[in-house]
Amino acid sequence: MDAKERLAIPPQPMPEQPPAERIRNLKEVPLGYSPEAAMAEARRCVRCKRPFCTEGCPVGIDIPGFLEAVENGDFAAGIRIIRKRNALPAVCGRVCPQEQQCQLACTVGKFHHDPTRSVGIGRIERFLADWERTTGSQEIPEKAPPTGRRVAVVGSGPAGLTVAGDLILLGHEVTVFEALHRAGGVLVYGIPEFRLPKEIVRRETEYLQRLGVEFRMDSVVGRTYPMEEILEKYDSVFIGSGAGLPKFMGVPGENLLGVYSANEYLTRANLMKAYDFPANDTPIFRGRKIITVGGGNVAMDCARTALRMGAERSLIVYRRSEAELPARIEEVHHAKEEGVEFHLLEAPLGLIGDEKGWVRGMRIERMELGEPDSSGRRRPVPIKGSEFVEETDAVLVAIGNSPNPLIASSFPEIETSRWGGIVVNEATGQTSVKGVFAGGDIVLGAATVILAMGQGRIAARAMHAYMMTGRWDDLDRMVSAEGGAQ
Amino acid sequence: MNRLLAKDRLGPDVYRYVVEAPEIAVRRKPGQFVIVRICETGERVPLTIADADPRKGTVTLIVQSVGKSTRQMSLMEPGDALCGVAGPLGRPTHIERFGTVISCGGGIGAAPLHPITQALHEAGNRVITLLCARTADLLIMVDEMEALSDELVIMTDDGSRGVKGLSTDGIRMIVDRGGKVDHVFAIGPPVMMKFVSRLTGELGIPTTVSLNPIMIDGTGMCGCCRVTVGGETKFACVDGPEFDGHAVDFDELMTRLGAYRDSEKKALEHWEGECRLGEVM
Ligand SMILES: Cc1cc2nc3c(=O)[nH]c(=O)nc-3n(C[C@H](O)[C@H](O)[C@H](O)COP(=O)(O)OP(=O)(O)OC[C@H]3O[C@@H](n4cnc5c(N)ncnc54)[C@H](O)[C@@H]3O)c2cc1C
Ligand SMILES: Cc1cc2nc3c(=O)[nH]c(=O)nc-3n(C[C@H](O)[C@H](O)[C@H](O)COP(=O)(O)OP(=O)(O)OC[C@H]3O[C@@H](n4cnc5c(N)ncnc54)[C@H](O)[C@@H]3O)c2cc1C
Ligand code: SF4
Ligand code: SF4
Ligand code: FES
Repeated sequence: MDAKERLAIPPQPMPEQPPAERIRNLKEVPLGYSPEAAMAEARRCVRCKRPFCTEGCPVGIDIPGFLEAVENGDFAAGIRIIRKRNALPAVCGRVCPQEQQCQLACTVGKFHHDPTRSVGIGRIERFLADWERTTGSQEIPEKAPPTGRRVAVVGSGPAGLTVAGDLILLGHEVTVFEALHRAGGVLVYGIPEFRLPKEIVRRETEYLQRLGVEFRMDSVVGRTYPMEEILEKYDSVFIGSGAGLPKFMGVPGENLLGVYSANEYLTRANLMKAYDFPANDTPIFRGRKIITVGGGNVAMDCARTALRMGAERSLIVYRRSEAELPARIEEVHHAKEEGVEFHLLEAPLGLIGDEKGWVRGMRIERMELGEPDSSGRRRPVPIKGSEFVEETDAVLVAIGNSPNPLIASSFPEIETSRWGGIVVNEATGQTSVKGVFAGGDIVLGAATVILAMGQGRIAARAMHAYMMTGRWDDLDRMVSAEGGAQ
Repeated sequence: MNRLLAKDRLGPDVYRYVVEAPEIAVRRKPGQFVIVRICETGERVPLTIADADPRKGTVTLIVQSVGKSTRQMSLMEPGDALCGVAGPLGRPTHIERFGTVISCGGGIGAAPLHPITQALHEAGNRVITLLCARTADLLIMVDEMEALSDELVIMTDDGSRGVKGLSTDGIRMIVDRGGKVDHVFAIGPPVMMKFVSRLTGELGIPTTVSLNPIMIDGTGMCGCCRVTVGGETKFACVDGPEFDGHAVDFDELMTRLGAYRDSEKKALEHWEGECRLGEVM
């Protein structure tokens, strides 16, 4: 098949649950490709000599390689190529912001002058991972002989899981400490079931357990286990404790009843299964009209969860315009289809409560776009005299998270930045304390699953080198020399 | 899984549980709490560590059965296992040699007060313990507290034991007798802590209270436990649970504690319905 023929193949549509139906259940919205659709989509790739897609993927997956395997119907080969670089393909295929990464640079999208017509790399990645899981074809890779070295991983989010998976295969003993009662970090407590079924995360942790990783749940490092003790008992430590401290707006009325941080709302709904109350014990407030403040993925997740919890109206209040919405295009699109109302260029000034302490309204000011600010986005400026009140039963605050201070406060030796993140050498993940590495949101601030995994991978390689040689000061040179040979 | 090793009844709807939790038993300090999950579908219930035995690897919890989760717990027997116990959480109590201290416990508040009183005693303070309850039946841990105190005062609202009156009356009585009081620790229902703090504010006695807002994770992740202290928002699970009683907005705390009243009732009814169904079948 020549390039011209390939370029003529239309993008394969993703089958989805219809909006009216899906807001009444928690099942996944996109249903996934059939083998035929996946093969047809893979055929759209023109096999560039210089694959820009791979350059756009933070973990550098050989994308044309796996697309070719899929085109030939060799799914086992396809998933093997992905797994060389990515331990959580079923997760990434679903939640990666592909349009800003692998698919942004794709030649096919460029050719059509439309990035939404790039090859559906994420969808095919998801297909392969689902195929592997549902057909039970996951191959258990060979483990290196035991090294006798012991590793502690703090936090079981994507960064920690990646480190655990890489180091167990290299023959180390790995223990993961997790503060909550389920492994997965944001993947289980934050990202909703309808975008990422929890079953997938559970399977991934079970797989790591089968490889020999020990998980200690309900274990808060800095409290249950002091850092000094961990340093004593383990040859190296990875901190992947995430950015789990919710930010609030700092406006009057924020502690009224019915005002939730996104983390609280999503944790109740996901981790604690409040949607199935009272069969599960954790309650959630079910308002008729709910306002979410913010414009990122987290805000979309809140607004869409609110609909599934029975809200008749779910509003998003965001202070910039549609063009600046930081959420993925697909999430905004899904939210709109489901009836989420976007109130753009509006900023909350305060919340109004009733005599019983419940939130009843939000004072809002309209904005217009002024000069670009330091982030290059046009700055929202209040319009004088534009204040009004929007009635509401509940408010979900989704304006970001900062690093959880628990570790830093109980481990003052570790160097942190002004915003509270842990400072590392980017090439290795080394922190200021010998033997301690870090990665993921605790280093990057609120970032993405794949970036957290990428940092986990870098740290795992350096941890291995450190444990096998004891070298610390020149670890970055050593690892980059090895990397070149790989 | 954490096994329940012993359980005994301290009063109407109040039980003492000894739970296997070796890591926590070694590490815990006065003022800290655990989060317990009773079963797979259970909520995360915060409970203060009332005592611990590091050698046996156990912690003691004293729990009042007020709703679904705590009642369900009261039906468990030694040998049964809790699904999970996480901790120790929260900041330990700041203990120093204050001088003369009043340890004031209202109802079940005597339980969290016990390890604090012990530490105050060991730090060389003169400890006056003030135990208060609505009626004699509801007083708990009287002997344990007496053993740690230089003086024990008992107050009941109805006068059925000790002096008749409220905790605030007790504090006033001790202060009026003369002798300087350097610090008050007050733990009990929010309304009691509110009025004790108001009184000690007037009397100029520094006061520490332990707050019990609704919690989920207990690690600073959700913000559900936020309280206003000195005009600032604090997360009780990581910044507390103990705060300066003179700076706490108790009215807000009490309002926020009522957030799920309807759901809690529904959970209890649903569960009791299922239990009855179980008995019939
Ligand atoms: C609602 C929501 C939606 C998102 N949607 C997307 C998306 O669509 N696509 C995308 O790419 N990214 C998304 N993100 C971002 C992404 O989830 C994060 O960037 C990623 O999970 C970070 O991984 P991590 O391993 O660094 O930390 P986390 O996933 O935050 O995991 C950290 C873990 O460490 C544990 N921990 C913390 N402190 C301790 C301690 N002291 N001891 C033991 N354990 C501890 C925590 O309990 C947690 O389980 C979303 C985030 C949220 C909140
Ligand atoms: C730091 C801390 C320490 C505590 N220590 C003790 C203790 O040692 N002994 C004891 O008996 N109780 C203690 N409590 C209170 C105990 O957690 C609640 O009584 C328990 O969660 C009630 O659950 P339930 O399902 O039985 O009752 P519900 O019917 O759910 O609620 C009854 C009452 O408990 C409060 N409550 C409900 N859910 C929670 C929650 N997740 N977190 C906090 N409060 C909640 C409600 O405001 C309500 O007033 C403590 C609370 C905190 C925050
Ligand atoms: S991991 Fe993410 S960025 Fe990389 S190829 Fe897969 S979907 Fe694209
Ligand atoms: S950039 Fe697009 S067309 Fe080129 S190899 Fe990658 S997926 Fe194929
Ligand atoms: S209980 Fe979630 S932050 Fe305190």
